[in-house]
Amino acid sequence: MAGFFHQNLSYFLSGISVGGQYALIAIGYTMVYGILRLINFAHGDVFMCAGLVMVYLSASLPFAVSVPLVLVFTVALGFLIERVAYKPLRSAPRMSVMISAIGVSYLLQNAALYFTGGLAKVYPEIPFLSRSVVIWDASTRVVTLVTPFLTVILVVLLTLLIKHTKIGMAMRAVSRDFETSQLMGIKINRVISITFMIGSFLAAVASLLYFTNYASVTPTSGSMPGLKAFVAAVFGGIGSIPGAVIGAFIIGICENIIKGGATIFGIPGSGWTTFSDAFTFAFLIVILVVKPTGLFGEKAVDKV
Amino acid sequence: MDREKRNHLIRIAAAIAVVYGVILILEFTLRPTSILFTVLRKGAIYSLVAVSMNLLNGFTGLFSLGQAGFMLIGAYTYAILTMPVSVKQSERVYKYYECIVGFDTGSLIGLIAAGLMAAFFAFLIGLPVLRLKSDYLAIATLGFAEIVRAIFQWDVLGPLTNGANLLREYKDLTRIYLPFTDIPFPPTLFVFIVAGVCILLIVLLINSSYGRAFKAIRDDETAAEAMGINLFRHKELSFVISSFFAGISGALLAMFQYTVQAQQFKTMMTYEILLIVVIGGIGSISGSCIASFLYIALSEWWLRGLDMGEFLGIAAPDLFRSGFRRLVFSVIIMVIVLFFSKGLMGDKELSYEHLKQKLSSLRKKRRASA
Repeated sequence: MAGFFHQNLSYFLSGISVGGQYALIAIGYTMVYGILRLINFAHGDVFMCAGLVMVYLSASLPFAVSVPLVLVFTVALGFLIERVAYKPLRSAPRMSVMISAIGVSYLLQNAALYFTGGLAKVYPEIPFLSRSVVIWDASTRVVTLVTPFLTVILVVLLTLLIKHTKIGMAMRAVSRDFETSQLMGIKINRVISITFMIGSFLAAVASLLYFTNYASVTPTSGSMPGLKAFVAAVFGGIGSIPGAVIGAFIIGICENIIKGGATIFGIPGSGWTTFSDAFTFAFLIVILVVKPTGLFGEKAVDKV
Repeated sequence: MDREKRNHLIRIAAAIAVVYGVILILEFTLRPTSILFTVLRKGAIYSLVAVSMNLLNGFTGLFSLGQAGFMLIGAYTYAILTMPVSVKQSERVYKYYECIVGFDTGSLIGLIAAGLMAAFFAFLIGLPVLRLKSDYLAIATLGFAEIVRAIFQWDVLGPLTNGANLLREYKDLTRIYLPFTDIPFPPTLFVFIVAGVCILLIVLLINSSYGRAFKAIRDDETAAEAMGINLFRHKELSFVISSFFAGISGALLAMFQYTVQAQQFKTMMTYEILLIVVIGGIGSISGSCIASFLYIALSEWWLRGLDMGEFLGIAAPDLFRSGFRRLVFSVIIMVIVLFFSKGLMGDKELSYEHLKQKLSSLRKKRRASA
């Protein structure tokens, strides 16, 4: 066991790091789903946009300016998407909102395609994060080590926000019962906007960490991490933040072990590489069939 | 059968005959490389897959996003089956693998097999997945399509699927002949006949008692169940049939493109088909068809200038560069989704009466404003 662990250490490390990044994206999904019952298909593309904007901004500005600007931009983008594409459909059937989300995703990807000309953009090297370090014979980057800690800190802060502030209480109320909380005087539009802004902020942080590792941004590079983060959210029990984080770490680690070349069922690792993405979805289907409420999800009761 | 209904059927038959007649005439008058043929063929193929998606989303109320996966299964089945044995054994296509399929079939058998294979996979995946509710079903079917794409690119299956490399030299549109002769079949007409027959079958299904059961499930599951409709069986039936036709449209797409590669059947493709269904109107067969042709004509032909630097006589190479067409397109789609959520047709069908009504209401409006 220790031998296996030592051999695959670099994959474990990158798994934990990717897991942390998925966790930050997954929180955006799970919070929005908890409140609006909507799979925000555009969330992965918001994450990609944050990466692209960073590429363009850092070309002319120092990091101390461009990083905060990226965060502000992404938050504004999340806010704008909610106001333009989801708010007008508040009373429409759920399917139309989901279609609108798919439309936004399509729009963002095509916009990115237009502005980049379809070329992969090289992500800037952020001085401190990109430095490489060696741990127990495995060489990796600082970002790999920073990610899990940063993720945990942000999640703790978010949990405190939700548990102990007024807006957090309002969020919990809205996710429990949309209409009653409205009757209680909660301004739901404000609560929903803030939820989207928090989700986008975390996605922007995730994009800083993720693209530092992967070094390039393409218009479609948001969709896969986005879908995986969503799977993580489902696995953890949609609506539950700790669930999403744990799910994301599990998915990140499994995926990297598969990618890494461990021999499974007698077929050497290189044969399984194509399945590192497919694994997530197979996992999703299994969870949905076996335990649709996820690890920490509440059992929903269907009303007739 | 009362007279009105008979007149209605005669009108429809006449309209269809006119469409096919025009296509036959076009095939013999225009040059074969004309852009019009591209639009017509691709439009017909997308019509079929859009209608098959509409059967699920619009008529049964199952929000499924697996269409690209089933098209991929169909396309590969068709390509592998109809590729001549001599090509399979040469190094022209299977360069890195020994092909293990030692026979080839005609294109009709290939098409049907493509549908059956897609339907078979749909049956298997439907067993667990169709028990899920709306958005969970969407994400599970989306995931299934991704899994299919990975499996077809897996190099262990290389001797069957040629790994991640493309397949070609199978019986594409230039290699189909009239039965028992070697006179080439007019390609656009072929696509229209296959797509037309399939869509007709779907329409017949929707108007049958099964179709009414599907609609009952869409409108209210609980009520439908209380009326004695077996929910799971009907959902599975609708899913399998829809996938059958998606498989056939995948095979047609493979014929149309001359080459096929798993890489191309991404989630984006399913999104495009879904957006076509939405533009046409969820729950309208004719809407889906009209929207497909419009979508293809716009994206392949009329809006081309947006990518080429000049549009409607305005030359602005800096603005109208590659990708602008799709950007404009997605904005149009968002406008439709947000402000015209009924789409072109709503859940109505295109008919003579419908057109007459539209015209008279337009005329009334004009009179009122004058």
